[in-house]
Amino acid sequence: MTATIDASTRRVTTAKAISEAIAQEMRTDPNVFVMGEDVGPYGGIFGSTGGLFDEFGATRIIDTPISETGFIGAGIGAAVEGMRPVVELMFVDFFGVCFDQIYNHMAKIHYESGGNVKVPMVLMMAVGGGYSDAAQHSQCLWASFAHMPGMKVVAPSNPYDAKGLMISAIRDDNPVIFMFHKGVMGLPWMAKNPRSIGPVPEEEYTVPIGKAAVAHEGSDVTVVSISMSVQHCLDVAEELEGDVSVEVLDLRSLVPLDREAILASVAKTGRLVIVDEDYKSFGMSGEVIATIADHDPSMLKAPVQRVCYPDVPVPYARVLEYEVLPTRDKIKAAIAKVMG
Amino acid sequence: MISDDTRVQFYKDMVRIRTYEAALQRDYHADKTPQWDIGAGLIPGEMHLAAGQEPVAVGLCANLEQDDAITGPHRPHHLALAKGVDMKAMTAEIFGRVTGLCHGKGGHMHLFDPANHFSCSGIIAQGMPVAVGQAFAFNRKGTDNVAVAVAGEGAANQGAFHEALNLAAMWKLPVIFIIEDNDWAISVARDTATPIKDGSLRAAAYGMPSARIEGNDVEAIYEACKIAVDRARAGGGPTMLEIHTVRLWGHFEGDAQAYRGDELQEATERDPIPAYEKRLRAAGLLDDEAVAAIQAEAQAEVEAAIAFAKESPEPKPSDAYLHVFA
Repeated sequence: MTATIDASTRRVTTAKAISEAIAQEMRTDPNVFVMGEDVGPYGGIFGSTGGLFDEFGATRIIDTPISETGFIGAGIGAAVEGMRPVVELMFVDFFGVCFDQIYNHMAKIHYESGGNVKVPMVLMMAVGGGYSDAAQHSQCLWASFAHMPGMKVVAPSNPYDAKGLMISAIRDDNPVIFMFHKGVMGLPWMAKNPRSIGPVPEEEYTVPIGKAAVAHEGSDVTVVSISMSVQHCLDVAEELEGDVSVEVLDLRSLVPLDREAILASVAKTGRLVIVDEDYKSFGMSGEVIATIADHDPSMLKAPVQRVCYPDVPVPYARVLEYEVLPTRDKIKAAIAKVMG
Repeated sequence: MISDDTRVQFYKDMVRIRTYEAALQRDYHADKTPQWDIGAGLIPGEMHLAAGQEPVAVGLCANLEQDDAITGPHRPHHLALAKGVDMKAMTAEIFGRVTGLCHGKGGHMHLFDPANHFSCSGIIAQGMPVAVGQAFAFNRKGTDNVAVAVAGEGAANQGAFHEALNLAAMWKLPVIFIIEDNDWAISVARDTATPIKDGSLRAAAYGMPSARIEGNDVEAIYEACKIAVDRARAGGGPTMLEIHTVRLWGHFEGDAQAYRGDELQEATERDPIPAYEKRLRAAGLLDDEAVAAIQAEAQAEVEAAIAFAKESPEPKPSDAYLHVFA
């Protein structure tokens, strides 16, 4: 199901788009509920559950103790008994205290059971930096989840996709890691790109998980990215219009990875830049390059450029953090380099 | 008051489990020759048997219905059989056959039987939060079913145990936490792992009723579990029971248990099945003939299950790629 966007479509933040998606699914499916830290009256630290408590109350919008192993495990148990939990891990960085539930249980139960048990659960979490929250509250880490089988991994870059992907995630019979970048949420208390507020239809619609989007069409170079960095790539693509024709491919999910879309775009452009706010080594950028290398390395007219988080923890001071974050200037420089 | 028929049934159920595990032990070692190799033979991999712990499974499960849930630990066979998991399908799983509970994907530490709401996990204590979620679902769906989390005394030192107790107590969910205290976390003695002599005291930290059950007596365990299960079904919230039991065999097969010293002999003398048999004989409920018949019946069922497993085909190698996603 797709929804139409025209000039009259209202514009909302990504946070509002996500909470609206959850609300609409909760109205139609009594098995959907939300659980996590500060998801109740507070509305989620990053706004993902805003307004839900007022409509659905404490029996379905459940504030938990700071007990991630406990409540993620409880989400798994509820899911195997037929409910559809939407569980929030406040920051992805906190996965260290609960990863056993995530990768040894949530992600493996379906396989271990030979397909007899399903775990229809959404585990949503905030990712990303750029606001001096330093090493333990700023990471993206999507490749760490994508590396391990059994979880879908979704990371929208805009409000429209966020709503449609969240509805798809709730309806999915698999565990879905839903990563919202804080910079994408359109929060009133954080600097944001205008792209974090956008047209979102009021009706329910889905965006399929596993389909990349050509966010900006072009013919000279393919820029593959995901989440917040897509917004920077679009800014650059628009700035370079008339000079370089940049195709921006928004992967939208790492699992499943839309390899066909990557191959189709690079077949057209012959040049590849990858922009990733997650760590460079052993991550998304390497996997995208491997997709080309496995298929036909001769597709490339120039060596690939990667604008990724270098392999250092996230530093605190603004000057240090912006040294290592993907930025428009770095993306422009990478494009210039592949264009030769 | 436990009826005579129930008492005899307890004995039968314990004999059935012991017979099963003795046969698994026999077959597990039978073809690991000439050099013992954990990955060789018809039953490869780790094998954790629960001999001595049968009273826990039988006393607990006599209080449970099919739609009640159990999450078990890495040592799960006694619980699975007592919960009603099909012996043939479970055995085929342990033999890695396509007819197994999980079509050969899970193995002996990862048995999943959704029809009986039985599952287990090889990660210590980590099945306990999952039981809390099952109880949450029963509560929200308005059933009177309960969820039981079973783990060893070593697991009670894990954070997941405490998080699960806190959540269940906070939300007053129908959960029963069963700690099987068999004195050993592999080779680490219980009393060197925690200063608490009575682990059930820990439940008080969460305002949860609890008890420590000594004696490894199936009837006492049944009665204690009955109180806990009845409380949970009636909406009275969770209970924690620490049941002092005994591990008669190694942590896993191949464990020489040198670390146990004289305690091993003492443990062997605490075998609960001969002790219970003696009581039932004294009560006039069992005699030589009845015992022989019970053992023969158990042996026949077990050998049929093993034969079924051995005769079943292996999975296709390409099945390895199935069931990553639904």
